Amino acid sequence: MITQENILETIRMIHEECLDIRTITMEISLLDCADTDIDRSCEKIYKKITSRAGKLVETAQAISRQYGIPIINERVAVTPIALLQSVSGGDCVKYAKTLDRAAKDIGINFVGGYTALVQKGMTRGDLELIESIPEALACTDLVCSSVNIGSTRAGINMDAVRKMGEIVKKTAELTRDHECFGASKLVVFCNAVEDNPFMAGAYCGVSEPDCAINVGVSGPGVVRVAVRNAGKDKTMDEIAEVIKKMAFKITRVGQLVGTEAAKRLNVPFGIVDLSLAPTPAVGDSVAHILEEIGLEQCGGPGTTACLAMLNDAVKKGGVMASSAVGGLSGAFIPVSEDAGMIDAAKAGTLCIEKLEAMTAVCSVGLDMIVVPGDTSAATLSALIADEAAIGMINSKTTACRLIPALGKKVGDMVEFGGLLGRAPVMPVKSVSAEDMIRRGGRIPSPINSLKN
Amino acid sequence: MKAVISAVGKDHPGILAFITRETAEHNANILDITQNLTQGLFTMIMVVEFPEDDQSFNKFAEDFERDGREKALEIRVMHEDIFNAMHRI
Repeated sequence: MITQENILETIRMIHEECLDIRTITMEISLLDCADTDIDRSCEKIYKKITSRAGKLVETAQAISRQYGIPIINERVAVTPIALLQSVSGGDCVKYAKTLDRAAKDIGINFVGGYTALVQKGMTRGDLELIESIPEALACTDLVCSSVNIGSTRAGINMDAVRKMGEIVKKTAELTRDHECFGASKLVVFCNAVEDNPFMAGAYCGVSEPDCAINVGVSGPGVVRVAVRNAGKDKTMDEIAEVIKKMAFKITRVGQLVGTEAAKRLNVPFGIVDLSLAPTPAVGDSVAHILEEIGLEQCGGPGTTACLAMLNDAVKKGGVMASSAVGGLSGAFIPVSEDAGMIDAAKAGTLCIEKLEAMTAVCSVGLDMIVVPGDTSAATLSALIADEAAIGMINSKTTACRLIPALGKKVGDMVEFGGLLGRAPVMPVKSVSAEDMIRRGGRIPSPINSLKN
Repeated sequence: MKAVISAVGKDHPGILAFITRETAEHNANILDITQNLTQGLFTMIMVVEFPEDDQSFNKFAEDFERDGREKALEIRVMHEDIFNAMHRI
């Protein structure tokens, strides 16, 4: 029997500690929409998305009501559009506009999959898609784009890295009037995962089923309160136990909601992403968990160790709670979306180099980081290459979502609003990597033994 | 389906009468009820068996929570599965 204490704990977690389902993402394969005529291809895409996901929002809201748990986002992730572009050719932006229209018509808040996977090389379709990204993100509202430029198996495609530095910059330029917002919808990955429910990097991998439901959970506030209640006298392993137990409970909610959504929508249940995804809301910050563990401010010495323990405990607790774990699974550290990270970055405690170290022990990468507008494309490429190298060598997913804030300098604030939050422009070392980036080619895939 | 109804608010006469009237009107059978009073704060948890489908349950829950607010009561109606999922292995 569920006790009164259990009931009150659940209610408190939801209403006071910001426990929610961050996203229900329906992945939809568009491989059967490929057509040599781009307009026919777009028409098939629109029909497939609106028929498969037409009831996604309505279903999510009904589930939210029934279980009393907020479901923040409903999203769709589709097959990498570069594959369809390879078949059809033509103006790739048409695909972005079609995705945007479908997303608006079914009421979701993002659609991901304007994607190319080029870790080893680029096809004509990949190149056309990548070159169209700035325009595609400027002329649509809900389309998210990602490009995978490296993997542990293939190494890092440095030609693609060079290109992506330029694309990130151009994307920011084309959305200059809107806080360079376009760049916040573009992720550059190493070891991208095929079943990730989180934007901006979600897409439906080619080995995925025709359609499935993936769920991302969230609960930094819950974990923070649990750590606080545990008290200052607990050892680190005891704190890890506390976090594991909370992660179990959080993930069970994701599993419940995911299986219920899949049942109601009559599609297979995919995975639960064991994530700690912060929001800019007070009390929903990953940085504040680290501070609760005992750091004066996130970004100082000890941050990487605390984050490593947190990330590992979240996974250990979550794995037992779900029948199918996948996606990115780990604590996220998007600077603009986390009140504690924003404060630490403003205070100068948190710098890009420390964030880079943190990404070696958690999910996912240099995420939602605003850099000065005069940062060169080569420097952006070099940041991407550094981050990809961490992912490649450690066999984990890493990513960059960098926003060059044109016309702004270090310390200025950029306001994105909503879940994307706000962030100070962070300093980037100004020494050049121009010659290294110009070399292009590939960083060979790493050896998988001799692990030091 | 079984649902858990929780109510929190400043104590005043008629709270339980209001709650049981609402549940009776919707044919919800009360299976368990606990309540206590701490420093004038009324807290109640009730488990009910709800006979109808999802849509009527959702409407019942919405109406009930709204009516509760009018009486300065914080009422929440939730399917019991969320508690089972979180607190039982």
